[in-house]
Amino acid sequence: MIPAKFEYIKASSVSEAIGLLEKHGDDAKILSGGHSLIPAMKLRLSRPEVLIDINGISGMNSITEDGNEILIGANCTHADIVNSDLINSELNILASTAKHIGDIQVRNRGTIGGSLAHADPAADYPAVVLACDAKIEVEGKSGKRTIPATEFFLGIFTTALAEDEIITAIRFPKVANGNYQKFFQSASRFAVVGVACVKDGNSVKVGVTGVAGTPYRATAVEDAYSGSSDAASHAVDGLEDELMSDHFADEEYRAHLAKVMVKKALEA
Amino acid sequence: MQISVTINGKTYAHDVEPRISLAQYLRETLNLTGTHIGCDTSGCGSCTVHVDGASAKACTLLAVQVDGCEIKTIEGMANGSEMHPIQEAFKENHGLQCGFCTPGMVMTAADILKNNPNPSEEEIRHGLEGNFCRCTGYHNIVKSIQHAAEKMNA
Repeated sequence: MIPAKFEYIKASSVSEAIGLLEKHGDDAKILSGGHSLIPAMKLRLSRPEVLIDINGISGMNSITEDGNEILIGANCTHADIVNSDLINSELNILASTAKHIGDIQVRNRGTIGGSLAHADPAADYPAVVLACDAKIEVEGKSGKRTIPATEFFLGIFTTALAEDEIITAIRFPKVANGNYQKFFQSASRFAVVGVACVKDGNSVKVGVTGVAGTPYRATAVEDAYSGSSDAASHAVDGLEDELMSDHFADEEYRAHLAKVMVKKALEA
Repeated sequence: MQISVTINGKTYAHDVEPRISLAQYLRETLNLTGTHIGCDTSGCGSCTVHVDGASAKACTLLAVQVDGCEIKTIEGMANGSEMHPIQEAFKENHGLQCGFCTPGMVMTAADILKNNPNPSEEEIRHGLEGNFCRCTGYHNIVKSIQHAAEKMNA
C-alpha cells in the first residue's frame, strides 16, 4: 500500500514547524513517530499534502528533572520512557505504562507527544496524564501555553491543540504511588479499558481510557473513595450515553470491565 | 528527494519519492528482498530491520526518514557463509515453517538479546508481541531464541 502523494519537509526548529503549519493549515500533518499516521495514510484514511517531520528538532527528546516535576520532550519514544532511570524511580506509573504500548518496534519509534496529539480513544497515555494531573506544553504562532491534561482531550482523535500548535513537552509531577491497569485488546494490544490511579493519603485520582470516546477523570470514583469500599462501582457514572462499543466489547461489557479495572487499580 | 543511507555497512545514495516506505526501498530499489512485507501497517513485524541499532518496522518508516541512518537487514546478519547464531538456532530448532515471518523474527530476536542477553521464556514471548507467525510456530521460535542466547553467552 502506498499513501497519496505528499511533500515531505524536515523541520529543524519548533518555529519552523509552526510556520509551516500556519502556511499549509489543514493540508499539513506533523510526523512524529508516525506509527498511527503512516498506516492511516497508507489506508488513505488520511491524505495530508504536506508532512512536517519534527524528529530532527533538537531539544525535544530529553527527559529532565525540574524541582518536583519531570519534563519529557514530546519526541521521546516509548522506549526512551521505559529505559529512563529518572522516570522509573520518580514516575514509575509512566514507565510501567509505556512498557506495554504496542511492541518493541513500535516503542522504538512511537512518541509520547505524537500519541497524545493523535488522541486515540484506546491509547494508554491519556489515562496516565489525567491521573497524574500532567500538563501539556504547546507552542503555536501566538506563543507558548500550557494545557492541563484534564482540558486537553475533547473527543475521539480530538484535542485542545489549535491548528498551528504542536506539543513540545509534557510536564508531570513526581508520583510515588501510582499504577496503570490495562485490559489488552488481544490482537492490537491497545487498551479495551485502561485505568490509571494515583494515590495520595486518603485521596485518589483516576484516569480512564478506552471506555468513552474521550478519556476522563472518574471523579465519582474519586469522591467516593475515602468513605466507600465500593468506589469502583461509580466508574462510568454520568457516561452511560458516551460508552464506546465495537465487536470486541459492547457497551454493557465495557461498563462492567471499567468497574473491574478501576477496582484493580484502587486495590493495587 | 535525495537520501544517503548505510545499509549492512554499505552506503547508498538515491533519489526517492517521499511516499515510498523503507521496506519498499529495500526490496524494490536495492533488491534486498529478505525484508518481507506482510500486513504493511506495522502489525505483523515481518519487515523488521534495525535503524541505528534499534528494531523498527520498515513498512511504517518512510525511506526519507532514515536519511543519514545506519540500517541492518536480515542480509547483514550472516558473516559470509557463516550464519549468525540466531539464524543457526532457528535452523537447528525448527524455528521456521513457511519462513515468511522468519527475517522479522530473527531481527527482533537480535534486538531482544542485545538488551537482555539472558531472557526468560516470558520475556521472549513479550518481546515477540510485534511479530506474527501465521504457521503458529511460536513454540519453536521461542526455543530457537533461548538456544541462540545460550550460544551467544557461551
